[in-house]
This record gives sequence, structure tokens and C-alpha cells, in this order.
Amino acid sequence: MRKTIALCAAGLLTVMVGFAGPAVGEGVSVGMVTDVGGVNDQSFNQSAWEGLQRAEKELGAKIGYKESKQDADYAPNLETLTDAGYDLIWGIGFLMGDAVKSTAQVNPDQKYAIVDFCYGEETLPNIACAVFQEEQPSFLVGYIAGKMTKSNKVGFVGGIKFPVIEKFEYGYMAGVKMANPDVEVLRQYAESFTDAAKGKAITTNMLQQGADIVFHAAGGVGDGVIEAAKERKQWAIGVDKDQNYLAPDNVLTSAMKRVDNALFSMAADLQEGKFEGGKAVVYNLSNEGVGIAPTTGKHVPPEILAEVDSLIAKIKAGEIVVPATEADYNSFMKK
Amino acid sequence: MELIIQDIGFIIGTTLMYATPLIFTALGGVITERSGVVNIGLEGMMFFGAFVGAAVAYFSGSPWLGLLCAAFGGTFWGLIHAIACVSFRAEQIVSGIAINFLGAGSALFISRLVFDGATQTLTVVNKIPQPLAFLFGEGKMFSSSGFMGLVFNQFATVYLAFFMVALVWFVLYKTRLGMRVRAVGENPEAANTLGIDVIKIRYGAVMMSGFFAGMGGAAMSIAVVSRFSNTLISGHGFIALAAMIFGKWKPQGALLACLLFGAAKGFEIYLGAKGVPVAGDVLAMLPYVLTLVILVSFVGKTTAPAAIGKIYEKGDHI
Repeated sequence: MRKTIALCAAGLLTVMVGFAGPAVGEGVSVGMVTDVGGVNDQSFNQSAWEGLQRAEKELGAKIGYKESKQDADYAPNLETLTDAGYDLIWGIGFLMGDAVKSTAQVNPDQKYAIVDFCYGEETLPNIACAVFQEEQPSFLVGYIAGKMTKSNKVGFVGGIKFPVIEKFEYGYMAGVKMANPDVEVLRQYAESFTDAAKGKAITTNMLQQGADIVFHAAGGVGDGVIEAAKERKQWAIGVDKDQNYLAPDNVLTSAMKRVDNALFSMAADLQEGKFEGGKAVVYNLSNEGVGIAPTTGKHVPPEILAEVDSLIAKIKAGEIVVPATEADYNSFMKK
Repeated sequence: MELIIQDIGFIIGTTLMYATPLIFTALGGVITERSGVVNIGLEGMMFFGAFVGAAVAYFSGSPWLGLLCAAFGGTFWGLIHAIACVSFRAEQIVSGIAINFLGAGSALFISRLVFDGATQTLTVVNKIPQPLAFLFGEGKMFSSSGFMGLVFNQFATVYLAFFMVALVWFVLYKTRLGMRVRAVGENPEAANTLGIDVIKIRYGAVMMSGFFAGMGGAAMSIAVVSRFSNTLISGHGFIALAAMIFGKWKPQGALLACLLFGAAKGFEIYLGAKGVPVAGDVLAMLPYVLTLVILVSFVGKTTAPAAIGKIYEKGDHI
């Protein structure tokens, strides 16, 4: 009996490893562990997976993923992929920060990477961090909002007041003021990333106060933001990915974070033998790590788009440094 | 002055929006618990209903069909809970916990099958209508951003929720069926000797709780917003459960508790928008603290149905 169980377990393990493991061949192999959203979350994880799929197509990379059902799965999933022999293993999202670090500590010869998180001075040499300058696309959508508002009032709805969400907030405000210093920005945090009803109420109130464009950086709360804009026939601005499909007539543009490009470019670098471990790799407009939604042209007139293009050039050239914190914003406004 | 009235209108409107999904679900809680069966699986039933409502409304184009199917989706999990607790005499809390997992898990599973692997539906084209919308807007009787518009231009589910409270109250207190439900919840043995079929009554009551919780979920996914996503129902079922207990296991009490919670939310959002110098996370606690304080200080002692949570075995008393 015991033997049968052992055999079954061994068989099962073989199947599991075989399933997760990369096939032998040319090209690098890259695996990723999703957070609890799963690989089709229409957001972050999905974008990451699309980046790897592109690497498979264009670089001949071997790719694979493992989905986490709960926070406790992160470390075991990272271990599973480590045992499967991938060249590089990604943890998708800052929630996985601790798990990636502890796994990397016990597997010093294995390369890891993590999205949206870094360890500063303590970054292990076998971890590369992919961080994004979210303030840059926020600045661009803020500029569009500042140009397009008819009431000279726009809104911002944040999820929870983390530094990463403040990057959206202050980048956006700087963009609005750049377009038109007279525009007032109403700001409110929902203290949640899930309470869609609260997003709706906050946005309804902002529209009630006369705002006509509202940008959100609030995850699931954003569903309510977009809903309120739709019901009152005003504009919402999406975040992370192109959210126009949620309300085609009411989502003006979206501040996009190209997680896919980050995963793809790191795979491409690895193929050439480059791996920038031990530090943060910054993704911004210059390396197409962030941007504005491709559907922006649907509602935004071409002359404003042309101005946005020139702003992009200036940001890339370093002529404009977009503020990411309140202090930066204040000194930005003094100029 | 006009601005203050408008602000009050905003708070009332937000109250109604917040409270409606909770009212449906809390009513479901009242019915099952009055029959003596605890149902902490309301959250899972709501979750499932929210998904079914949005998915059916998306594919059929009819929000009403979505609402109905959501209710029946919830009823299905009610049936499972009844089979476990009433027929097989399982521990009711454990079964409820299982249903919270199963309801949410099955909704996500079906969603992945139907929506191309995504744990969310696409936007429904037709959501639950606003029946009084013809009164509000440019050139109509009232402006849609004035007090009247903010308070009365609500979704049909809001009016339906109030109607259901009245209906459940009537059935529970004014009909023979309601008396039987209450009798079964207080003393099933005595009810049985009087010829009431305890098993049948409890089956019905538990399934009705699923029916209402499913509707509550759909009131969220096809009225408050217009699609289902995996974070849409996060804790609403438990808040409804608490509201039902604070409401002393009465439909009208549950209604008041839900409205109170909604009002506190509205007030919190209003204060946040006014930029009061209080940290946002402290402000976010306000609805919970306020509800707790008011209920503890004004509502007083609550008494649960006597036979609640107790396993009933036919023939025990003989």
C-alpha cells in the first residue's frame, strides 16, 4: 500500500514538473508566478503573460507560468519553477516581494525578477527589479484632461495612499497644470482597491461639483469611477491598460503601464547574455515601459495629440522631469 | 443653502446605492435564520449571484432575466446548504463556510470558461433601468443633479428592495406560512407535533435566503456597476449578515441597519470630499464605528430565534 502511494506521488510529481518545465531547445526560458489575480486578470498578470508570449514568438523563448490561488502560494510556486529549471523567473506584483527575496536567497545561482518592487541597497545580485515611472503617463493623461475640460475642473480618485499611487496623483496634477494652470483638481482616496460603489459615489460627487473628467488609479474601485462617468455622460480616464473597452464612449484615454514590454525586453536582454541583477531597471517613456492608450485618438483631437507627442519628446530628452511625489510637485509648480 | 440641500441629496442617494444590495441579502438572512438555520454562506451566494446576473444580462441583453437567474443561482447554493444542514444535519457554520468558497470558486470557474479565461465579465449593454429617469434631466421636471435627481433617480432594484422588505414582513408576520417559519425557528419539536413539516419549511427558508442573496449580488453587478469582477463582492455578504443581527432578525430592523450603514458611508465620502483634516483611513472606519455605536447604544439587546443553529432530528422528542 505504502509503495503504491509512493509510486503515485512520484508519478504525480513527474507529471507536474514535466508540465511546468521548459522544453529543451534554443532560446532562453522564462517562467512567471502570477499573484492571486491569475493569468487572465485583464490587468497586470495578463499583461506580463502577453510579454512572455511575445518573447516566445519573436525570440523563440520557452515560457511558462504558475498561478497563485492565495498569498501562501507565492513561495511554493517560485520553488516549483526553480526546480523546473527556468533561466529567469518572475514574480508579478509587489505582493510577492518577500517570497521572491527568500527564494532567491536559497537559490543564489538562479535568476529572478520582480515587477513593481525593489529592495534598495539590499537587492540580491540574482534579483532584477522592474519598476515603472507611472508619473509619466499620468502626466500625459493629465495634460489631455487639462486641455479638454470645459468646466476647468477635473478629478482624481486614488485607491489607497501608497507612494506608488501618489506617483499617479502628482504626475497627473502636474500634467493638468501644465495644460492649463487655472484648472482645479479635485482629489479623493477611496481607501480601498475593491469598493466599486465607493468609487462611484466619489466620482458622482466630483461630477456634481462640476468636474467633467476623472482619472482613477484605484483597481476595482475604478469600475465605479467609469460607471459614474458613463451614467452622467462625462469622461473617465483609465489606468494600467487601455480601459476604453469598458465604456467606449466615456473613457477618454488611459495611463498605461507596459508590464508586457518590461518582461519582453528583459527576456531579450537575457538572450544576449545581459542580466541586470542587484538593482532596479526603470521602465518609462524612453523604453516604452509606459505610455498612453492606443485608443486615445478616438476622442482626443489631433492637435492635442500632437502637443502630447512633443511632451513625450521633451520628457524623453529630460527637458521635463515629471514629479512623482508631493515635494517634487511643489518644486515643479514653482518653476 | 441650495448647496447644502444638494449635499444632503448626495448623501441620501449614496445611502440608497450602498444599502440596496445589502438589504436584499439581509432579508435572505432574516428568512433562513427565523426558520432556525444559520447561513453564513450569504457572501458566497451573493458572489455567485453577481456573476450570474452580469453574465446572463450580457449574453441575453436583458437585465431582468439576469436578475432572475442570479436569484435562482443563489437558490441553488441555498439548496446545497439545506441538503447539508437540514437533511444531513451538518454543522451549519461549516456548511456556510464551504458555500462561501464554493460560491465564489464556481463563479470564477464558470467565468473563465465563458469569458475567455477572464475572472470578470464584459460590460453589459442594458443594465437595470432607472424607472423615474423620465422625470430628470435637461428640460424635464427636475434637474438630474439637484436634490430630487440625486435622491429619486435610482435604479429599479432600489425600489424593489423596499418592496421586498414589506413583502417579507407581511409574509413573516401576517400569514400562516410566516407563522410556521417562525414557529419552526423557535421550537421545531413543538411545531412538528402540531403537524408542521419542519424539514420542508426549513428547505424553503434556506433556499429563499439564497434567492435574495443572489438578487443582492446582481443588484451590485448590473445596477451599481455594469459588470462582474472578482473583487466586486468583497465582504458585502458579511455586512448584510451583521445588519440582520443588528436588526434583531426582523426585516424592518435589517432594513434600518443597512440604511444606517449606507448613510455612514455616504457621510464618510462627503467628509472626504470636503477635505476634512482627518487621515483617510481613519475616516474609512467611520461607517463601521458609527454603525456599531448607534446600534449598541440605541438598539439594545437582541434575541436570536431560540432554535437557531440547533440540529433538528425528527423524532428526537418522542
